[in-house]
Amino acid sequence: MLRRLKLDLQRNYQAYLMALPSIILIFIFCYIPMYGILIAFEDYRPQQGVLGSEWVGLQNFADFFQSPHALKVVRNTVFISLYGLLVNFPCPIILALMLNEVRSRAFKRTVQTISYMPYFISNVVICGMLKSFLAYDGAFNALIGLFGIEPQSFLSSPALFPSVIVFSDLWQAIGWNSIIYIAALTGIDPNLYEAARIDGCGRLRQIWHITLPGIVPTMTVLLILSVGGLLSANSDKILLLYSPLTYETGDVIGTFIYRQGLQGGDYSYSTAVGLFQTVINFFLVVFANWFSSKTTETSLW
Amino acid sequence: MKKHHLKRSAGDIALDAVIYVLLFLLSIVCLYPLYQVLVASISDPNIVMRENGLLLIPQGIQFDAYQIVFSNKNIATGFQNTIFYIVVGTGLQFLTTVTAGYALAKKNVMLKKPIMIYFTITMYFGGGLIPSFLLINRMGLMNTPWAILLPGACSVWNIIIMRTQFVSIPDGLKEVAMIDGASDFTILFRILIPLSGSVIAVLILFSAVGYWNMWYEPMIYLTERSKYPIQSVLREILIDSNSQMMAGAGNAQTKFNVQNDAAAQTLVKYANIIVCTVPILLIYPFLQKYFVKGVMIGSLKG
Repeated sequence: MLRRLKLDLQRNYQAYLMALPSIILIFIFCYIPMYGILIAFEDYRPQQGVLGSEWVGLQNFADFFQSPHALKVVRNTVFISLYGLLVNFPCPIILALMLNEVRSRAFKRTVQTISYMPYFISNVVICGMLKSFLAYDGAFNALIGLFGIEPQSFLSSPALFPSVIVFSDLWQAIGWNSIIYIAALTGIDPNLYEAARIDGCGRLRQIWHITLPGIVPTMTVLLILSVGGLLSANSDKILLLYSPLTYETGDVIGTFIYRQGLQGGDYSYSTAVGLFQTVINFFLVVFANWFSSKTTETSLW
Repeated sequence: MKKHHLKRSAGDIALDAVIYVLLFLLSIVCLYPLYQVLVASISDPNIVMRENGLLLIPQGIQFDAYQIVFSNKNIATGFQNTIFYIVVGTGLQFLTTVTAGYALAKKNVMLKKPIMIYFTITMYFGGGLIPSFLLINRMGLMNTPWAILLPGACSVWNIIIMRTQFVSIPDGLKEVAMIDGASDFTILFRILIPLSGSVIAVLILFSAVGYWNMWYEPMIYLTERSKYPIQSVLREILIDSNSQMMAGAGNAQTKFNVQNDAAAQTLVKYANIIVCTVPILLIYPFLQKYFVKGVMIGSLKG
């Protein structure tokens, strides 16, 4: 065995040499931080290092769960994620189904190109635009004013803030997220439609009985992946847009960790919160995967 | 085709009409916000303010806001830095991706499997924000470009995609080269990479877009503004309304005699948005097929 390994190292030393930089980088930037998770169980002091700091067991976790923050940030995270899932999961599917019915290729291509476009605007710019448009005297209020709706202060209203995040996500990604469904739709056997027509199925019934079942596996996989992210609401845009006025509904785990850890310097505590998030997410994926393999026979692994 | 054109019922026509109208509306909704920014950025800020920012066509056309943007040193530096991060970051990622991808695709490499597991684990578990931050801090990388470039220099996701691509190339080609005495490096750079053009293009494209959009890491790791990539400069201008970074919004205010300094700032913000977004939006339709391909590659692995 050892001899074989030695021979292998001799023969393939170039290949190993090639993998080495990646192995080292992964070790430093992925494995060392995993070891750093230990500080979640300590009262970490940077001067004393990871091993020199005082061990406190589960104290940081207890502190978090006993604080009023725990309930709030977990609730906000789950709410924004679920709300996002409810809106952002079906809409790209509906878009793909509609595009699939379009016969004019030029029209289809144009709509596709235009609907992918917002995806290429950076989050910073998106949030900059949202800040201007959604201001009390901004364009969006002027627009809804045309329909007789009272102006709202979207970005400082706790009731409206989650909707701003969810629907701007939809605007950014509806086209992009439809790509994968459009591709799945082209894989459906055209003979099925032919057969359905002969049986006298109308277009809507064809969509319902052939097109939709054809993309169910794709839908399942994407749904599992989103369920796995329920506790990690994309905090990018929230971090750019929220303010103390909207902490009530907008403060999610990701932003809480950022504030407590990097702005407050409470390293151990925020690492504990982060670990809680990672672990829950992991179990959510495993659970969603198990559930889906039981019910639909589609699974990630 | 003719057959079912004849058969189209009234219901089918109604369905088509609904679909075309909805898709048309969606296209408007996708384009309009950016169009509004464009219109407001070249209109007289007093008129824009009077209309609450809702203008269908430009009025009182001016390009002063663009003059302010183009003479703003922060923007120029931001663009330079971003180009640096894209070139070096994407270059590093390319090197680690092809080399590690090659090692994992090569036949008869004994430790291939353990290395693969070692890589894959990091896709499911990670240290999280704080331990990574403390590591960068301890390594003395704070406020250096390396704090941004090194952690992203190796992407496991890319390596796995690259490996799949290399494995799909027929072994015959590699063996012929082997017999001619070619080294692994020669085989990789002379045979495999030229044969993987489109996959590599996709990976480079996504990596470049990632560095272009990056703002979170720079916010955490960079303290000096001279090192900021463009998105960080934009963040200070658009989100924090930092008038110092906007450099010259005051001039616009005096020039147009705007009462409200927010209106002058908004004008400059809009011009910034256009300058930093339109180039990408103009290039992207030509690269669309690579992006679409990228989504497909990603989904096959996911």
